[in-house]
Amino acid sequence: MLLAIDTSTGTSVAVVDREGGILAEVGTDDSMRHAEVVGGFIRDALAEAGVTPSRLSGVAAGMGPGPFTGLRVGIAAAHAFALGIGRPFVPVVSHDAVAWSWYHDGGTGGLQVVTDARRREFAVSEYDGLDADDLPVRLTGPELAPRDEVPAARGIRFDAHLVPAGAIGMLAELAFAAGRLPLAGDAPLYLRAPDVTPSARKRVLR
Amino acid sequence: MNRTRPLVLGIETSCDETGVGIVRGTTLLANTIASSMEEHARYGGVVPEVAARAHLEALGPAIGTALGEAGVTLGEIDAIAVTNGPGLAGALMVGVGAAKALALSLEVPIYAVNHLVGHVGADLLDDEAPLETPTVALLVSGGHTSLLLVRDLVSDVELLGETIDDAAGEAFDKVARVLGLPYPGGPEIDRAAIGGDPAAIRFPRGLTHPKDLAAHRYDFSFSGLKTAVARWVEQREAAGEPVPLADVAASFREAVVDVLVGKAVAACADLGVPRLLLGGGVVANSRLREVARSRADAAGIALRVPPLSLCTDNGAMIAALGAQLVMAGHAPSELGFGADSTLPVTEIQA
Ligand SMILES: [Zn+2]
Repeated sequence: MLLAIDTSTGTSVAVVDREGGILAEVGTDDSMRHAEVVGGFIRDALAEAGVTPSRLSGVAAGMGPGPFTGLRVGIAAAHAFALGIGRPFVPVVSHDAVAWSWYHDGGTGGLQVVTDARRREFAVSEYDGLDADDLPVRLTGPELAPRDEVPAARGIRFDAHLVPAGAIGMLAELAFAAGRLPLAGDAPLYLRAPDVTPSARKRVLR
Repeated sequence: MNRTRPLVLGIETSCDETGVGIVRGTTLLANTIASSMEEHARYGGVVPEVAARAHLEALGPAIGTALGEAGVTLGEIDAIAVTNGPGLAGALMVGVGAAKALALSLEVPIYAVNHLVGHVGADLLDDEAPLETPTVALLVSGGHTSLLLVRDLVSDVELLGETIDDAAGEAFDKVARVLGLPYPGGPEIDRAAIGGDPAAIRFPRGLTHPKDLAAHRYDFSFSGLKTAVARWVEQREAAGEPVPLADVAASFREAVVDVLVGKAVAACADLGVPRLLLGGGVVANSRLREVARSRADAAGIALRVPPLSLCTDNGAMIAALGAQLVMAGHAPSELGFGADSTLPVTEIQA
């Protein structure tokens, strides 16, 4: 049984189990209040699933892409929770969870997942169905594109405003069962170097 | 939960130091600090996004190191404390998110505390001579310059004054750049000032004129000082004269220290509080400690300066304040608190 957290768009927290599926999922598409809501959502998801922390076998986290400040809240929370229960931290690409949900709900063919990347850009990934292990086949991405220059979708374009943590957790469960972990690296998918404005250098006066 | 000597783990991520501290009551068990200072050096100041990224990477390992240093396990922790402001919003949020999840995973209460009050709390960790209140506290760092009146650490803290523009540490960084010295400027200026005459150049003392004192008795301003130093140096250069680096550094430092200590000592006298506590990274400045010591002695004020590792931003001071709240019987913070970059000092706990 896993706790799963994604704050790459809004905030979503879930408790999942490979047999039982998504036992609880709470969230909001509010993209500004991750730090405020993440704790209450963890508490509520655990309560709804009737699970105590010690019964979890790991914590899955959406690693983005997503606006940095919010994205980090969920990753930091997932890391800390995993540390607290002494269980593994399982990173997952957030777009993969969107694709998995879409195909699971009956979608077929090509899928383009698009999420907000701020600064007049989108983060984009292309998918082509689920493979034999039930994991989504990502063809390209995630990568950034200016909002009016997103490549034409091979199939359907889907703009996601909330990445479901239930799907993050299920991907982690499926990949574990198939011996295909890790699904993503430990570093957040920032896709952008930090914005630094080096201060104007005064001439050296010595 | 143990309310007499609670074991508290504190998390601090308000600026560029990732701090994790562990205390038992007022006893310091661990104080782990990972700094991203070097990554900021080439930008000449703290870059918020760089700091926030570094916190995320450093926090987990810092928690592990602190537990090892303290010789305790997470299962023994009675409560989590975390800084919820003031500071850099994106940096604070890393600590807030992690602290909430850690508290939930351990099924222990969480206390969200004020960073500035935490600086005062650092002084509790001196087992031999506990902090006495009321006290005036002068907190000086690259991020803040504040003068507080602490009547009671967990319930009554008042902001007497603060900088209206640059923080004192920022002024050191900016003047260091004017003088061609690297970041961070504090230690560089301290070094450059060796052998310099602090009275060589009379740089301006911000907000000390009688007309300013009416509205800004305990406030500070350092941006005019920085400009004055730059102008003085440029005029020398333009005239083809050598710049006496040691004298400029010593005179600049003297102007900063004079205002800081002058206003702090005045506050003690005005309010009839014979105690002054220093905190913040600028306390590392040797001249600040020296001048504070001599003027406090002259005014009959008991000066307290925690060890430097507890003056710079750290998690132990946050844990110490959290432990005080537990021991005072305060209820834990509600889980819905956020990061508040401008959190007023009167809000000791969220
Ligand atoms: Zn500080």
